[in-house]
Amino acid sequence: MILDSKIPSGPLEKKWDKHVMDGKLVNPANKRKYEVIVVGTGLAGASAAATLAELGYSVNAFTFHDSPRRAHSIAAQGGINAAKNYQNDGDSVYRLFYDTVKGGDFRSREANVYRLAQVSANIIDQCVALGVPFAREYGGLLANRSFGGAQVSRTFYARGQTGQQLLLGAYSGLSRQVGLGNVRMNANHEMLELVLIDGHARGIITRNVITGAIERHSAHAVVLATGGYGNVFYLSTNALNSNVTAAWRAHRKGAAFANPCYTQIHPTCIPVSGEYQSKLTLMSESLRNDGRIWAPKKKGDNRPADQIPEDERDYYLERKYPSFGNLAPRDISSRAAKEACDEGRGVGETGLGVYLDFKDAIARLGESAIRERYGNLFDIYHEITGERAYQQPMRIYPAVHYTMGGLWVDYNLMSSIPGCFVLGEANFSDHGANRLGASALMQGLADGYFVLPYTIPHYLADVPRDPAPPTDHPEFVKAEEDVANRTNALLSNNGKQTVRSFHKRLGKIMWDKCGMARNRSGLEEAIKLIPELRQEFDEDVCVPGTADNLNQSLEIAGRVSDFFELGELMCRDALAREESCGGHFREEHQYPDGEAKRDDENCAHVAAWEWKGKGEAPALHKETLEYDAVKMVTRSYK
Amino acid sequence: MKVTLRVWRQKDGDSAGKFEEYEAEGLNPNMSFLEMLDVVNEDLTTKGEDPIAFAHDCREGICGTCSCMIDGKPHGPETGVTTCQTYMRSFNDGDLITVEPFRASAFPVQKDLITDRSAFDSVVQAGGFITARTGSCEDANALPIGKEIADLAMDAAACIGCGACVAACKNSSAMLFVSAKAGQLNLLPQGQPEKDSRVLNMVATMDEAGFGNCTNQYECSAACPKLISEEFISKLNRDYLAASVKSAFKASAL
Repeated sequence: MILDSKIPSGPLEKKWDKHVMDGKLVNPANKRKYEVIVVGTGLAGASAAATLAELGYSVNAFTFHDSPRRAHSIAAQGGINAAKNYQNDGDSVYRLFYDTVKGGDFRSREANVYRLAQVSANIIDQCVALGVPFAREYGGLLANRSFGGAQVSRTFYARGQTGQQLLLGAYSGLSRQVGLGNVRMNANHEMLELVLIDGHARGIITRNVITGAIERHSAHAVVLATGGYGNVFYLSTNALNSNVTAAWRAHRKGAAFANPCYTQIHPTCIPVSGEYQSKLTLMSESLRNDGRIWAPKKKGDNRPADQIPEDERDYYLERKYPSFGNLAPRDISSRAAKEACDEGRGVGETGLGVYLDFKDAIARLGESAIRERYGNLFDIYHEITGERAYQQPMRIYPAVHYTMGGLWVDYNLMSSIPGCFVLGEANFSDHGANRLGASALMQGLADGYFVLPYTIPHYLADVPRDPAPPTDHPEFVKAEEDVANRTNALLSNNGKQTVRSFHKRLGKIMWDKCGMARNRSGLEEAIKLIPELRQEFDEDVCVPGTADNLNQSLEIAGRVSDFFELGELMCRDALAREESCGGHFREEHQYPDGEAKRDDENCAHVAAWEWKGKGEAPALHKETLEYDAVKMVTRSYK
Repeated sequence: MKVTLRVWRQKDGDSAGKFEEYEAEGLNPNMSFLEMLDVVNEDLTTKGEDPIAFAHDCREGICGTCSCMIDGKPHGPETGVTTCQTYMRSFNDGDLITVEPFRASAFPVQKDLITDRSAFDSVVQAGGFITARTGSCEDANALPIGKEIADLAMDAAACIGCGACVAACKNSSAMLFVSAKAGQLNLLPQGQPEKDSRVLNMVATMDEAGFGNCTNQYECSAACPKLISEEFISKLNRDYLAASVKSAFKASAL
């Protein structure tokens, strides 16, 4: 496998313009002759499908949800970054680029991140034009707030529902194209296989989750915008149905999977309360603008928060990172919370929690100002815990939130399978080893609105303008058979253990061995344990019902079965990366003060894994990361 | 704690449904209602029975997927929350709880507690958008929008498209949903050029989909997990009336 990143030559600021100029175009009259499949209708998928349809391509969009508007982008709370410099605080394209590269611990591609910062301003313009109700000041201009890892206010937001508002904006554009007949919308369709003809992506196999019907769909190109794989940990802030299957099926067909071990553990989530827990809920990072994080100085101090005097509290982020304080990046804040709890200073029933305290902000600004900024988040906290954060500090603990890794793509967002493009969280490209807050929404919409529409013609212009391949092609027949065989194997197993029980056990292995801190022996153990668990699953899983109707157990079984293979790959990747960087903390690689020790000499690369077959060790390919415009420095927020 | 569930079971859209009773034991008051259903389903699966199908995804009250009628109320007993944000502490030990799908002829049952709400998508496709081609827009701050209007638009935009408003209405009217969608865009200056056609087309599609008429009792607003105000219905009626009159006496642009 040869990985050519296709990064254009020339100075950083000119690369994207040059690339757009150098690329091929498809004549407006010919665009409708090209069929493009878009899988997933979150920010990346919906914006891509709508924009490609506006341009004139024939678009076939798919989502396993009952409506495109339900994709998990909807749950993002805090905001979206853009280099508008509306606050006159010194922001610029270069500064957003630099903060993002530094935030990613110098493990992302310089050229990609610069492009992301360049198009960020256009995203805000586009969303406002679509009617997204961003927060405004009294004069009618847009408001901003600060987010972690930045010292400027560049984050645009819509109360605590920014993801929902951006998704509804993209969805309204998509809906318009559906109404016009330019997009065929297939809701309730789950992609279960990618179809390759002569090495190019030419279609997908889907299952209609309502009727159980297996369908073949062909096209000239396939775009995957299918989200992240945080649910491999069982408990995460992801929606319950988020999964890796579409991306994993592409991986098994030849798409390299890059940096699978880069997982973002978000520092401010509501702690686990019991065995029955099905998901974790995030409290937006924006709360760290006004909330102060602390743990008791004394071990095992179980007095209520208000009885712990000021001088017995450890505001550990302010102490360790005085210049960024409570707005230190996510990886650093999460690890610091874990350290406090590991030292026995955690709070709450389980001891797995620290305080996020608004007492000082309420005293300074008044309760109504805090309610205006965060009211809905305080309400969510109250619904879940029964506690009111106006009166007592929130308890928070880190939880799996986002996966920076994903399918490898080149500068055109094309995977190592020609004709298969990957957008949004599903690809690996822009966040390096750690994503900054408010950057996921930016990347999803950048990919869909402003990158893919420019790069897809570079590929399509060389594809003959013949109709898309017939679906009775032997490759379609074979792919459908594979899906049917996998489904039948799951249903006819007649085992004793439920899918959920296996998912829980897999999640525990992943969290213990490949979570916030990793080490060699733990990872080696996980690489042994996961295939054993997988075998037990194959032999003893119980999937009730049949394939020919709505069967939620069957859907979950297929997803969990792909999580086993992904989990093993994540552990292999974490083991191979002999350094600590961003969300990947290897206990063997740290400074005496516990800070992460990066190894730029040996590890400044993208680790792209090639599938070699079931039961075979995957092959590791390295794409060297070259930094021309910025110097790799030790990341300091002190 | 333990409760008895009376759950609507229906194999598919073509079959008749009926209530079945299940005992849910060993519950914790801090469990969400859906986590309680998870526990019941694990038990049913282990016993070789068909688990209860219910719609869910984000489990934090924002995706709008979950949709049960709990004791006759959409999203259960609490105000301003979805089913996934309903916790067992809202019930008493030993309660009998009736769980049904949203009932409306425009939302046919697909299985057990899952209904087809695609009629909402059709309404949005008919006009719930602003035509703004990607890349053709002016600078975001070139068009100031007063905070009051922006906040009102945001109040309408908080709609999660769950369908509780329809389920709560004795006529299965979708007026609260449609008024929130149209209201958001009609309030904003960007939404003005298409305001009339938006309202006429969305209302026509709403009627075609089989939703009933509004008789101004506002059960919808009371059941809405985002507490969207019934005043948006008044606004939709005003906008609809204005658009109808204008289209009836349409003069040429000159």
